[in-house]
Amino acid sequence: MANLKNVTKKTKAQEMGMHSEVLTGRTQQKFFNPDEAENFYYFGTYDVDFNKRTDLDVKDMTAAEANKKIDNLMSEGYGTIVIKNPQGKHSLGVGILNKLNLIFEGSLGYFGIGSSDGPVVRINGRVGWSCAENLMAGKVVIEKNAGSCFGAAIRGGDLICKGSVGARTGIDMKGGTIIIGGDAGAFTGFMMQRGRIIILGDVGINLGDSMYDGTIFIGGKIGSYGSDAVPSDLTKSDQEWLRRKLKVAEIGENFDVSKMTKVVAGKKLWNYDNLEPTEKKGAI
Amino acid sequence: MCGIAGLIHRNKSSNVGFELQGMLQALKHRGEDSTGYALYGDTDGKNFIARIKIGENVGEGSSSVAEDVSVYDQRKKEVDACIKELGAKIVKEERILPYSLRYEIEYNKKDLLEFSQRIESIPGVEILSMGKSLEVIKDLGNAKMVCDRYNLDKLVGTHAIGHARMATESGVDIKSAHPFWGYPFSDVSVVHNGQLTNYWNNRRALENKGMRFMSECDSELIAVYLAEKMRSGATLEEGMKESLSGLDGVFTYFVATKNSLGMAKDTMAAKPLVLYESDDLVAMGSEEIAIRSVLPQEIDTYDPFDGEVKVWQI
Repeated sequence: MANLKNVTKKTKAQEMGMHSEVLTGRTQQKFFNPDEAENFYYFGTYDVDFNKRTDLDVKDMTAAEANKKIDNLMSEGYGTIVIKNPQGKHSLGVGILNKLNLIFEGSLGYFGIGSSDGPVVRINGRVGWSCAENLMAGKVVIEKNAGSCFGAAIRGGDLICKGSVGARTGIDMKGGTIIIGGDAGAFTGFMMQRGRIIILGDVGINLGDSMYDGTIFIGGKIGSYGSDAVPSDLTKSDQEWLRRKLKVAEIGENFDVSKMTKVVAGKKLWNYDNLEPTEKKGAI
Repeated sequence: MCGIAGLIHRNKSSNVGFELQGMLQALKHRGEDSTGYALYGDTDGKNFIARIKIGENVGEGSSSVAEDVSVYDQRKKEVDACIKELGAKIVKEERILPYSLRYEIEYNKKDLLEFSQRIESIPGVEILSMGKSLEVIKDLGNAKMVCDRYNLDKLVGTHAIGHARMATESGVDIKSAHPFWGYPFSDVSVVHNGQLTNYWNNRRALENKGMRFMSECDSELIAVYLAEKMRSGATLEEGMKESLSGLDGVFTYFVATKNSLGMAKDTMAAKPLVLYESDDLVAMGSEEIAIRSVLPQEIDTYDPFDGEVKVWQI
């Protein structure tokens, strides 16, 4: 099922240069067919009503207490929860495997919204390191800046930062989309394996270092390319997708996407284990 | 892991001892083997303030060997005699703990090298800091413990940097704790979060140039490295920029002088730093919660980028 060798007609994604690898073996597609999504059920998830709204002041709570309280509120059917006074606490809003509108009125520390699947989160402040790490699905919008390792290892969903982000944005990402309104630091897209990163501003050194696949779009200047990251042609299809995505992301709607630089994997690192060290050096 | 914090008030003084204590205590989960403060207090600028260690804290998980208090007494006598021989005068003295001295010293020479070398030639004695505003206080335990032990929460000044330490590559003792004084420069101090991988190469080169190391803590290298650059005529900021290529490894460090506070981040941006900047105040730390201890209201902060160097004046 997941083997694309026999697929004759290219999908739109393939036309855009994505998902071009030949998949073999058991993949997530086999187990998570979107057509059967209704059949999937996470243990411990709840039916919530988005019109049922409540506030939660976490000023005097630990992260564990706050997260437990969020879980309790979801179990009571609250679909919109507004968190007051997060005050830069770490690990808030983690492990939410539920549809939920979650709004933070303030800033988060490290590991906010980690390992989540499904919520729509809006943070009216900034976030620290490793925001939304391992995000599976959903949408996370940060109104201000973000720290390093933004969207580390995400598998899906949209992760949007309207300000600037630190180093190693999208490190090891395996899917989903990261959109940055400002600048990004060094090693953006480091070892990314799939998914897309859009940076409207400048980006630091070693962009896309050792990326295995995936696509990065840069609106500003590039500090330097990392190993095996190469520029590629920006197609009309890319531009259409960028315009649509930026509009949905409420960011850079009028940005001139035609001047963006597209960066992909040179794929010379692929199967590197088959190369002798000297050959490997030559390949890179 | 370690945590660092710093703040500088512009155009006014504040209770920086209390503020830094709050910032460092918020970072105590990053390490509480030892905590250190470099506080820049309001003084008349006439005399030097020397913080002198005549022994180690041997409690609280220390890796130091216990010594009898009489040994400390003997060292104090030798320090006092040496100061007199150097032509300096102790104007005020406090023995806060058996192993810790705070002296106000009248000393008219600008070069502190000879003074420091003579005092530190006494075995077991180390000058933690010497300056007309700077006071380095460091000891084992978390920020609150050290602050209470040395009564730091009343200290008023313009700026301060501090360090909450998880000991990794050197012992749990005061000599390996941060901040490090930029020996022999008056009023220069450094804190660091990270690891330096070319420590020994740099140390050997700097020792050949006559610089002194008191510990085997890699972070001390930054203070000595910057001190040597300044001795060679570079400004603080120039020295910091050179350090980005001269120091190998991962680091975020703060350096402070009598009138300024600076930060530098390595070219891989491997170590965290969150920064808040306004016209009146700059506050920065390894995590936002450190800044929140002095600014609980909603504020705009950001992470400096790789290879960034910034210096602020009071």
